[in-house]
Amino acid sequence: MSSYEARFKVWRGDVKGGGLEDFTVEVNDGEVVLDIIHRLQATQAPDLAVRWNCKAGKCGSCSAEINGRPRLLCMTRMSVFTHEETITVTPLRAFPVVRDLVTDVGFNYAKARQVPAFVPPAGLGPGEYRMQQEDVDRSQEFRKCIECFLCQDTCHVVRDHEENKPAFAGPRFLMRVAELDMHPLDAAADTGLDRKRTAQDEHGLGYCNITKCCTEVCPEGIKITDNALIPLKERAVDRKYDPLVWLGSKIRRRDSS
Amino acid sequence: MSVVDRQEWDVVVVGAGGAGLRAAIEARERGARTAVICKSLFGKAHTVMAEGGIAAAMGNVNSGDNWQVHFRDTMRGGKFLNQWRMAELHAKEAPDRVWELETWGALFDRTKDGRISQRNFGGHEYPRLAHVGDRTGLELIRTLQQKIVSLQQEDMKETGSYESRLKVYQECTVTRVLKDGDRVSGAFCYERESGRFFVLEAPSVVIATGGIGKSFKVTSNSWEYTGDGHALALLAGAPLLNMEFVQFHPTGMVWPPSVKGILVTESVRGDGGVLRNSDGKRFMFDYIPDVFKEKYAQSEEEGDRWYEDPDHNRRPPELLPRDEVARAINSEVKEGRGSPHGGVFLDVSTRMPAEVIRRRLPSMYHQFKELADVDITAEAMEVGPTCHYVMGGIAVESDSAAARGVPGLFAAGEVAGGMHGSNRLGGNSLSDLLVFGRRAGLHAAGYAADLARDRPPVDDIQIDTAAAEALRPFSAEGPEPGAQSGRPPENPYTLHQELQQTMNDLVGIIRREAEMEQALEKLAELRVRARRAGVEGHRQFNPGWHLALDLRNMLLVSECVARAALERTESRGGHTREDHPAMERTWRRANLLCQLTDPTGGLAATDPVHGQIDLSRETTEPIRPDLLALFEKEELVKYLAEEELYE
Repeated sequence: MSSYEARFKVWRGDVKGGGLEDFTVEVNDGEVVLDIIHRLQATQAPDLAVRWNCKAGKCGSCSAEINGRPRLLCMTRMSVFTHEETITVTPLRAFPVVRDLVTDVGFNYAKARQVPAFVPPAGLGPGEYRMQQEDVDRSQEFRKCIECFLCQDTCHVVRDHEENKPAFAGPRFLMRVAELDMHPLDAAADTGLDRKRTAQDEHGLGYCNITKCCTEVCPEGIKITDNALIPLKERAVDRKYDPLVWLGSKIRRRDSS
Repeated sequence: MSVVDRQEWDVVVVGAGGAGLRAAIEARERGARTAVICKSLFGKAHTVMAEGGIAAAMGNVNSGDNWQVHFRDTMRGGKFLNQWRMAELHAKEAPDRVWELETWGALFDRTKDGRISQRNFGGHEYPRLAHVGDRTGLELIRTLQQKIVSLQQEDMKETGSYESRLKVYQECTVTRVLKDGDRVSGAFCYERESGRFFVLEAPSVVIATGGIGKSFKVTSNSWEYTGDGHALALLAGAPLLNMEFVQFHPTGMVWPPSVKGILVTESVRGDGGVLRNSDGKRFMFDYIPDVFKEKYAQSEEEGDRWYEDPDHNRRPPELLPRDEVARAINSEVKEGRGSPHGGVFLDVSTRMPAEVIRRRLPSMYHQFKELADVDITAEAMEVGPTCHYVMGGIAVESDSAAARGVPGLFAAGEVAGGMHGSNRLGGNSLSDLLVFGRRAGLHAAGYAADLARDRPPVDDIQIDTAAAEALRPFSAEGPEPGAQSGRPPENPYTLHQELQQTMNDLVGIIRREAEMEQALEKLAELRVRARRAGVEGHRQFNPGWHLALDLRNMLLVSECVARAALERTESRGGHTREDHPAMERTWRRANLLCQLTDPTGGLAATDPVHGQIDLSRETTEPIRPDLLALFEKEELVKYLAEEELYE
């Protein structure tokens, strides 16, 4: 097995401030950035704060920015960098720092609470639900979301615009609205809830100008813009004029593979 | 007088995985004010890693399935050591628990007629696992999380606060269950973010903290699996049951080293994947044990036909219960027929078209592509056993999930023992979480309601003691009192690595008496050193400190595993003794119970021979006759002791 010494810059600090700290650290074959962060903890910086859980790309805890790009630390292999490159690891920029690589992602939990839950259809008991696979495919795609919040971090509507946060749910939770709207048995409409209208009026869909940054960083490969946000804009169009819908309708929806 | 912040709840649930969230939903719906406390962010619990599915005899794919068949499969998988009443409740209630998830918004994969699809899995006679591709655990956790949010939305409408009746304390750790005499009175906790201590006062505490895999080096488990709940229960005076049974999942990744142990779902085999050794041979045909001879295919042709025609063919031996497959892989590697990186080959590439593989096993495709540069649609995977699950756990009453001996303490999910006997079937974990999570929440709420006018008070001295214990790692620097010169404090990361190596090498998949004795000595040494585990920095989000505290739990639980494994002189399910290779019918009725030696919950003893755990043996309750009648006599003869057969 081959190994080499890599140069790292890791942001260290807390709410009061901080900066990049230099490290030189061993890297072995097949390792990912999270392995290196763990090696730093075990050998050089025992109190280096980082969030992580499964280390298998399934839980979405270890989100951070590597060389400025939002990524999962556990799914970024060291082999994508050259041996000479200095690798810079910083906390998610759109959220307030708690300590080192850990940020306060409470924004996302607050937004999650603002999306009304699935409304079960009246008259269908447990075990009586019947749905065709092709009718659940689309919502299932959105339910692949591991809530790593990389899309929320990268979205330019809030990335450097704290002032937009109250009015904008972000890609993840607009996608949640789309998921429920496309659920074959959701009975929200029967209770007078129009999910399309709320996407526009309450969750800030209009702020999205489909630059697809969210789709680019999604570690699950969900086509957030094409399959969730644009269709939601199209569905909301008769409620409210939105010039981007015109543009959206010119861009074909892609299938996820 | 203690100044630690206190909050009053009716039910406190420790752990926010499938069992914890299901318990919290039930307790809140029964009217109990409920707090959930978890080490990670809400929605990140280890349950997200479950891949294959939820076992429930809904009979959607094969109408021959019913709870009796599921019960039989579960007992066979556990080699009849299961707490049979739990296996019965589980098999009966699992379908309702799955169906109710749909009413909360879950979207399972569908059959052609629009019902929930079910897939084959090891040890299950019929296709039984409700699933969503290979990410079923994520669907489960998200559905429960969203149900909790919906309950909070209702509370918001009624009371003006999302958290008036159901609150999640995320990124917090419980270090002690507090008691008033025998009864539970609350939990001592700290916030990981700030290091601040607080107390949740409650008459009922439900432990749902999952497993212990982080005591082993090669494991599919996340960092959270440090045996916290097992240790909390022990320290509160409750016994642990059958801790020697640890499941090594047969298929973990073996390469590259940094991902060694990450799970490769059993669905790969359930959907047609086969295991081969370096000679290209499907070796599992050589490893069908006598008790399963009649139920598995004897030739590759028969095994292959089974996928299309299960009524007239027997299943391939790749789908034997996990303990059998893991041992077989271990032997192949040991005898020199392994793959280049010390595993065996698991192949789907020659069994299904690439596009089907990508659709049915998307996470696996992704995982191998991203982490190992292996395209599973074109080449075989290399896999080997990985520590996956502990069958042992807190001894509970089957119906109520109440921990034995400590009123007010409940346990559900992986942390509870008994349900799976000596070996768990794949898919039976997610259903276990739902069935017994709900029962724990139900009974915890009921118990709390009965004590509404007589809430057990929280004792200040216990709070102060717990706070001192938690702060200890910060004062570990410098010389010990009376020592000649200052020894440097121990590094918690180093201690953890030594513990993992010890358990992996000496109490792993194949066990020997001398090695386990050696393990107990090493554990005693680590215990002494762990008392000097020191940390730098301050209490704010300090991973070194968190690990130093978790070490107490891992060391306690590891001692239980090693002691029980040394005691049980037979091989059964997730416990294989090289020096006692046979399953002994006389051991079937024996449960091994571990209890803390010091009844006050103290942890002073460090004598390697006696350690901190007392082991005792008890005889299990006879299996109810109508349940025994579900099996053929010829089969029972293989498992049951003489006297049981004539009773």
